[in-house]
Amino acid sequence: MTTTAIIGGRILDQNGERSSDLLVDADSGLIVEIGSGLTGDTTIDATGCVVASGLVDLHAQLRQPGDEAAETIKTASRAAALGGYSAVVAMPTSDPCADNPSVVKDILALAADALCEIVPAGTISVGRAGEELAPLGELADLGVRIFSDVDHCVQNAGFLRRALEYAGSIRTNDSTSIVLAQHGDDENLSLDGVMHEGVWSSRLGLAGVPPEAEELMIMRDVALSRLTGVHIHMQRVSTARSVEIIRAAKHEGLSITAEVTPHHFTLTDEACATYDPSFKVSPPLRTAADVQAIRDGLADGTIDAIVTDHAPHAPDAKERPFDQAPSGSLGLQTSLAVAMTELELPLDELVALFSWRPAQISGLAARHGRTLDAGAPANLAVIDPHHEWTVDGNAFASRATNTLFNGRALTGKVRHTIYEGNVVVHNFEAVR
Amino acid sequence: MKHLLSIDDLTGDQLHDVLDLASNFADVQAREVRKVPALRGKTIVLAFFEDSTRTRTSFDLAARRLSADVINFSAGSSSLKKGESLRDTIETITAMGVDAIVIRHASSGVPSTIRQWTDAAVVNAGDGWHQHPTQALLDSFTIREHFGSLAGKRIALCGDIVHSRVARSNVAAFSKLGAEVVLIAPRTLLPSNIDGWDATIETDLDAVLPDLDVAYFLRIQKERMAESLIPSEREYRARYGLTTERAAMLSPEALIMHPGPMNRGIEIDPEVADDKRAVVLNQVANGIPVRMAILFSVLGPGQFDEVDSPRASGGQP
Repeated sequence: MTTTAIIGGRILDQNGERSSDLLVDADSGLIVEIGSGLTGDTTIDATGCVVASGLVDLHAQLRQPGDEAAETIKTASRAAALGGYSAVVAMPTSDPCADNPSVVKDILALAADALCEIVPAGTISVGRAGEELAPLGELADLGVRIFSDVDHCVQNAGFLRRALEYAGSIRTNDSTSIVLAQHGDDENLSLDGVMHEGVWSSRLGLAGVPPEAEELMIMRDVALSRLTGVHIHMQRVSTARSVEIIRAAKHEGLSITAEVTPHHFTLTDEACATYDPSFKVSPPLRTAADVQAIRDGLADGTIDAIVTDHAPHAPDAKERPFDQAPSGSLGLQTSLAVAMTELELPLDELVALFSWRPAQISGLAARHGRTLDAGAPANLAVIDPHHEWTVDGNAFASRATNTLFNGRALTGKVRHTIYEGNVVVHNFEAVR
Repeated sequence: MKHLLSIDDLTGDQLHDVLDLASNFADVQAREVRKVPALRGKTIVLAFFEDSTRTRTSFDLAARRLSADVINFSAGSSSLKKGESLRDTIETITAMGVDAIVIRHASSGVPSTIRQWTDAAVVNAGDGWHQHPTQALLDSFTIREHFGSLAGKRIALCGDIVHSRVARSNVAAFSKLGAEVVLIAPRTLLPSNIDGWDATIETDLDAVLPDLDVAYFLRIQKERMAESLIPSEREYRARYGLTTERAAMLSPEALIMHPGPMNRGIEIDPEVADDKRAVVLNQVANGIPVRMAILFSVLGPGQFDEVDSPRASGGQP
């Protein structure tokens, strides 16, 4: 055994919060013991910190293969570990995309020595073109559990119905289900929009995306989930009525889950007023009323998960004019801290949103987001709730630097991260 | 004034100051030799990332009549075709030592964005759907020249408001100069939300026409039909064009304006374009002294309000 004792902290899991030490073992990757006065080969001081299960990100773009100028799996996994993540679902936005087994195998090979578990998501359709069904079963055999066409979400209702029915019939080798995840965007309505349609798009002379482009797609997908009885996960929900539609669908008992990003509960479309493409994201930043509705949805359980929507872009891409720049912001190293700073939710609810529930949605609950008991996998985030810091995109582990939280003062940061019993982040520094 | 990016950045008083200065330069244009040495030794780059003949020519003449050195840089013939980024292009131009960059770009916000990459003065010659401040100034100049003032005048902007940088800058300029601004367009050609615009929306052109002091018609682009924003040119002319019948409803003292180039027979009937109330060519002519005033304001020896006459900067015409 190669053990590390994590001492002096407070454990927070589904059974509540209590003061306790943990002993983890790098050889087995498991929590060996929970108790008091524990010692190991090395010791980590968690005084003043909360020890929780490692975070699980349902939505990150890692760019490899295809755009290594923006990010690699190695740099992204370092950023993820620094953010407290022990598992990251890589959206199939690479080029080539994960619509076939060989790309999934490539990504898994690139992630072999990563500082967290990298779980490729697959596409729903070949090439994310919405025409031919991707080999969901073959990809599921390789461990893929989430399927999404991401920003090119499935437009054709008949196609998505078939995809849902087929997905619902797939049995995986570990008895978890696969889940189709849809970004909400009716492309016939959003057209060439580059920001929220409203006062600011009108003033700035930028093409707008009406909230209805998202809401119509979510309404349709709720109907298709009802028709097929198959779970759909709603990605990056951004509008007040979207939250309301999902709330009603859950109340009806439909198998719907939903995620949001930190920027959608923090920033509004007014942030685009300087034409800084840092604030160009998909879906676009909305209004103050939408921000409040998302906070309400997080508080009442309508929203299941907070995701990073980590979207690195090489500097030259984000220096294009606003309407030509790509959408997205880094998120792995800011998301938990932004939520801790901005949301008035107790830490256990935040850990549920960042770890426990996303682990269940992504079929990773055997390894991540578990109660912290002896014998459980040692995937842990040691959170310092009082650490004050200021966001600086240049200081992040990602290759890219584009963050829409640059300069923001935050309170709360992951101090240590344990992945499979190994200390991968110690005192805010990644070990490699 | 260091830059001219948007009419929104200027107060009514500042607009008046620019127009007063433009009046002085207009006097110069009436002389036999129309050139003054006000910007001798200054270098101005006309960086037109989007093609434009009239605005570029107007800036070119304005700069030359101030004795500035002018470099033309247009998208069609430039390194942009070789994939150079906007930042690299601006930094390259800046490295050559220029005093002002007059920029036209198809994307809203670019003039503001490039300030981080250059120490030259930036003059917006039109950015996307956002602003075309020198157009607004020359339009204001033309109206003021005719009526003496814009205060209390009722001005209608008719046509494709949502895609129009002319509309956005003119609403701001006209309202700051005291005019009452009315927007007339089908809903498909209006912005989704004009909260904060000092203007009202009317849908019935015929009801508005008789009370107008200025009827300003915007160019309609052919692609609006392809986007199903309007059904046809014929229907557009019938509902929103300044036909001869509608021109007869306008007051004899009213002005008919258009930023050009005109689609004769669509937003304005051919005869109406040549009506004696139409001041389209005055607008073009006034573009020169107005742009001289702007270039002088951003590059001249001091604030424009310290300069009574272009001759004050020294030298003989």
